[in-house]
Amino acid sequence: MTHGQRGTGALAQLWPVLSLILILAVIVAFSHLGPLSFERMVTKALIMMTVVVGLYIFVGNSGVLSFGHSTFMIVSAYMSAWLTMTVIRKKIMLPNIWEGFGLMEMHVLPGALLAGLLSAVLALIVGAPLMRLSGIAAAIGTFAVFTIITVVYNQWDSFTKGASTLIGLPTYVDLWTAFGFVAGALLIAFAYDRSKFGLQLRASREDMVAARAAGVNITFQRLIAFVVSAFVTGIGGVLYVHFTATITQANLLYLNLTFITIVMLLVGGMRSLTGAVVGVVAISFVSEGLRQIEKPVGVSGLGELGLAAFMLLVLAVRPNGIAGKWEFSMPAFLRHRAGAP
Amino acid sequence: MIILQYVIDALSVGGLYALAALGIGLIFGIMRLVNFAHGDLLMMGAYAMFMLAAAAWPLTILGGVVIAILVALATERIAFRPLRTADPSVLLAASFAVSFFLQNFVLMVMGGRALGVDIVPVLNHHIVWGTLSISLLNLFTIGLSFVLMAALTLFLKRTKIGVNMRAASEDVRMARMMGVRVNLVIAAAFAISGLLAGAAAIVVLGKTGLVLPAMGLRLTLVAFVATVCGGMGSLTGAVIGGYAVGILEVVLGGLLPLALLNYREAFIFAVVLLFLMYRPGGIIKVAALQERV
Repeated sequence: MTHGQRGTGALAQLWPVLSLILILAVIVAFSHLGPLSFERMVTKALIMMTVVVGLYIFVGNSGVLSFGHSTFMIVSAYMSAWLTMTVIRKKIMLPNIWEGFGLMEMHVLPGALLAGLLSAVLALIVGAPLMRLSGIAAAIGTFAVFTIITVVYNQWDSFTKGASTLIGLPTYVDLWTAFGFVAGALLIAFAYDRSKFGLQLRASREDMVAARAAGVNITFQRLIAFVVSAFVTGIGGVLYVHFTATITQANLLYLNLTFITIVMLLVGGMRSLTGAVVGVVAISFVSEGLRQIEKPVGVSGLGELGLAAFMLLVLAVRPNGIAGKWEFSMPAFLRHRAGAP
Repeated sequence: MIILQYVIDALSVGGLYALAALGIGLIFGIMRLVNFAHGDLLMMGAYAMFMLAAAAWPLTILGGVVIAILVALATERIAFRPLRTADPSVLLAASFAVSFFLQNFVLMVMGGRALGVDIVPVLNHHIVWGTLSISLLNLFTIGLSFVLMAALTLFLKRTKIGVNMRAASEDVRMARMMGVRVNLVIAAAFAISGLLAGAAAIVVLGKTGLVLPAMGLRLTLVAFVATVCGGMGSLTGAVIGGYAVGILEVVLGGLLPLALLNYREAFIFAVVLLFLMYRPGGIIKVAALQERV
């Protein structure tokens, strides 16, 4: 943020986000060289990154925690399943679903976007009253929404198969697809960051009273971020279930996803987009590395303990996260060549 | 008669929630930490009771409570003390990590299967009186929660360290300047929250008879909701919030038609949501938490 304004060229403006995308592209390209299990691990990390970037748009910019973002993962995941599963599979798995969905077989990309849109609409509806809350009350409010939605989906047999697992979703999420979606998520998050909306919301994060005095409508600004964030997080949820081809209706699974994504964001640094990316990369790689070490030792579970210790250590040493407020900025020698004044 | 049955149920469920909410509220008041690992203190206590189940029951219970206290102290010393000046959201994330650690530790040592245990068999008895059937466990829970709340009140009002604790939750920096030993006070608060979690473990074990690595999660979440509705940072608020959620749960259980009973949790949280819209600060607003200009 502080350095971005110096260069006025489009490249300099977009430098922070392009650097992130480029670095991720390099990681993805190299992970092809590894074994298949490693490739799957990277794909999964990229999916989590989409979710964490979605979470960042709201939590990072507003400074308000949300325990409810898994709601959007669930809502979008089912929507995408209804839209994109083959007619035959739907006949078998969800025989009593509404006919409009039952006879539909949408392409996966518009399916994912529409599913994200549904989450955005849901965020608009629940967010309008919720965004008046601050601090812990807001987190609990979003958690209440999560509980209500999961209970309803759990009982909604004809659309969700109730408490049992829905299987047979088309699997289209491979390494490069996941990368494409992460890149899209990063661009959306960055565009929001640089918009006047993002600026106003960050102002309210730093000093609510001063921002309000300067004419920022905090409730409205939070609502915008909440809606954008729900869209991206929802698409993350879509990727998550199309990666495994199943949707588990386990409340606990999504609750744990809530926790781990918040930890990833805070470990990376919730005040920068780079932080969201770094948090996911750090935790995914440490987790995988520990699992590799754990295997020869022969005690399963040590890896998880090590991961928890790692998270605590990072938080203790760098309370603002690994990246802090840092974002990439264009190096000086390039800035002049790009035609900046 | 049926009313009395509901009253007893509500008081016992509410008592359990109030105990858990107190444990969370106490720590939050002093160091602005929303301790998500509180339920895992309960879980550690319950596993200790499971392992000591062969001993005489007073020893079993005592062992479990002591373990819960020791684990609480250890989490404070190792995980939370280095973060004392950090942002509340960082503290919260650290408590997720602590919870993750404790659950995986138990998972590693004891496995993930639910294990059955009956620590105090006499609590399973019911007193039948006309159409009324009261389990001893419910009476025990009501008594235990009242005794612990009274003891905590006395401790906070009458002992030096209790008064220091209240001072620290008003304003930590000021309290330190007035000679309050903050480390000691925070450690004491964690010990008390461990004690409350250990007590709650007796009730939960009595109810379900099972130990599981994730057994503390639901209670943590409910207690968390109760403290927020009661007013974050107020202990009276935490108790009122705990009882309110308990009463709501029992009343909804009695009033909802059978077809909607599966939606009970959704109704509880819908009420919570509506209440927070109406009073975002909770029942008792804490002055120390309002932003000063």
